[in-house]
Amino acid sequence: MTRLGPRGNLFLAAAALVLASMPYWSGLYDMQLASTALIAAMFALSLQILTGAAGLVSLAHAGFFGVGAYTVYLLGAGSIFVTLPAAMLSAGIAAAVIGPIALRTRGFYFLMTTLAFGQMLFFLFHDTPLGGGADGVFLTRPSMMWTVTKSARPAVFLLLNLVTLSLMYLGLWWLMGTMFGHALLGIRINEDRMRATGHDVQRLKLIAFIVSGALAGLAGHMAALTDAFVSPEILDWHHSAEALLMILLGGIGVLHGPIVGAFALTLVREFGQSVTERQRLIEGMVILAAVLLLRRGLAGWRR
Amino acid sequence: MKLEARGLTRRFGGLIAVADVSIELRTGRAHAVIGPNGAGKSTLVNLLFGTPRPDEGRIFLNGTDITLLPAWRRSRAGIGRSFQRTNLFPAMTVLENVRLAAQGSVHGWRLLRGAREDRGTRDTAVAALDQVGLTAFASDLAGALSHGQRRLLEIALVLATSPGVLLLDEPLAGLGAEETAPVVTLLRTLATNFAMLLVEHDMDVVFAVADEITVMVDGRVLETGTPDAIRRSGPVRDAYLGHRE
Ligand SMILES: Nc1ncnc2c1ncn2[C@@H]1O[C@H](COP(=O)(O)OP(=O)(O)OP(=O)(O)O)[C@@H](O)[C@H]1O
Ligand SMILES: [Mg+2]
Repeated sequence: MTRLGPRGNLFLAAAALVLASMPYWSGLYDMQLASTALIAAMFALSLQILTGAAGLVSLAHAGFFGVGAYTVYLLGAGSIFVTLPAAMLSAGIAAAVIGPIALRTRGFYFLMTTLAFGQMLFFLFHDTPLGGGADGVFLTRPSMMWTVTKSARPAVFLLLNLVTLSLMYLGLWWLMGTMFGHALLGIRINEDRMRATGHDVQRLKLIAFIVSGALAGLAGHMAALTDAFVSPEILDWHHSAEALLMILLGGIGVLHGPIVGAFALTLVREFGQSVTERQRLIEGMVILAAVLLLRRGLAGWRR
Repeated sequence: MKLEARGLTRRFGGLIAVADVSIELRTGRAHAVIGPNGAGKSTLVNLLFGTPRPDEGRIFLNGTDITLLPAWRRSRAGIGRSFQRTNLFPAMTVLENVRLAAQGSVHGWRLLRGAREDRGTRDTAVAALDQVGLTAFASDLAGALSHGQRRLLEIALVLATSPGVLLLDEPLAGLGAEETAPVVTLLRTLATNFAMLLVEHDMDVVFAVADEITVMVDGRVLETGTPDAIRRSGPVRDAYLGHRE
């Protein structure tokens, strides 16, 4: 997995500016749609340092997203300065509990183990009183620095999500340039040689798993904040698979691939919904075409 | 440094790949292990490195029992091994290959330093490349190197971990005659500074490098001795040397 250079990052920054200017030229619905895409991008990007970097394909990721989202509900109202770190912390802790067990396995078995753990988290919120009901619950948004009027909400959340995604991207961009980031890349390419040259592979993977889980929790937190609603569905493994699809669609070989993939899939889905009731069919065809024709995903088409 | 193995035994199902092998490596001495295909040479290297663990026997590094230490800890403790089948990071540059190896012992917060900026690992990596003569290829992809260059990089990866003990499993495997000479020179240099175990089929190389030779057949040590003693040994000639020409 490679990172964009300064020119590519400038391009991303320009795209972010376009999104940031949406309140001046677009309707409320489109801003909400942009928020949906931004949250999906955060979620998929948080998975990229596991999948794209270390080569670990996890189906537990939606569980961490859900833990982050439900943390907002469980804390009641409160302040965003409490809910946000709490969401990341609780998702990180969930990852720290699941990681050491799941990471004892490799390949297909890792996929299945994370599936099992993810579904356990799903059932925790779906079937116990903890989650407030199988159909989901509305929640009181935590307070922010200012009171946000109802009409200003789509614009405010759009900007908040945009800033969060940008910070997450910059953080991961930096991380992938560190020795830790390079070690993850080495693990994907040749785990055995990493061990033979002294790397504590198990520990490196666990740290990546926890960081990735905590960031998924952050995405979940932003989703809960944006929608004022959480439901157990967001913990379902389908949601993890969706993030993997976004990575595949956008490009598994580049850090920003999931962002491109999340926006592409959100737009395709929106388009599909507007022309047919079978929007999944369109989604499926677009993904197939992108994966078969582009191999490296939308973001990697030039190489 | 001193690496000492006593009574190592490893079975695979009914097959005894390594049977009651004892061996001692010290700094400044090259210990060659020779023997026919399937004799258990690679398995012995694997056991010394901790993957897999022996069924019986103990391994000591400078007197400390390391029999149960995992491979990555052995690497950090100063044991480096190369592989009979080239085992690199093909999609990365030659420099990044050795740099990753040099980074192996970095842990804690230091891991958050920039990979390109960290001077310590970079200097180690550059020195390792220089030692095997691959400096000119630093920015090539490892996967694009010739076979001979990949064998050199294989050794560079070991050197970049700053080891005291070298376990080299057929470093010359598949090299042509003209490619062999510089590697033999390198091995002779290394032999003076490291505790070295050298698995090798080419007897000319073995006699040129080794201070001591162990002959293995069917997992067992047939004989251990100086090159001269091995050359003269009747049983060794019958069991091994005789069959080779
Ligand atoms: N992981 C394994 N599982 C089962 N059998 C194994 C395993 N590793 C090695 N063996 C067997 O152990 C015996 C010794 O193998 P080893 O690779 O150590 O021989 P070698 O001396 O290195 O041979 P070569 O000169 O061909 O490299 C062989 O019969 C081999 O088939
Ligand atoms: Mg062998």
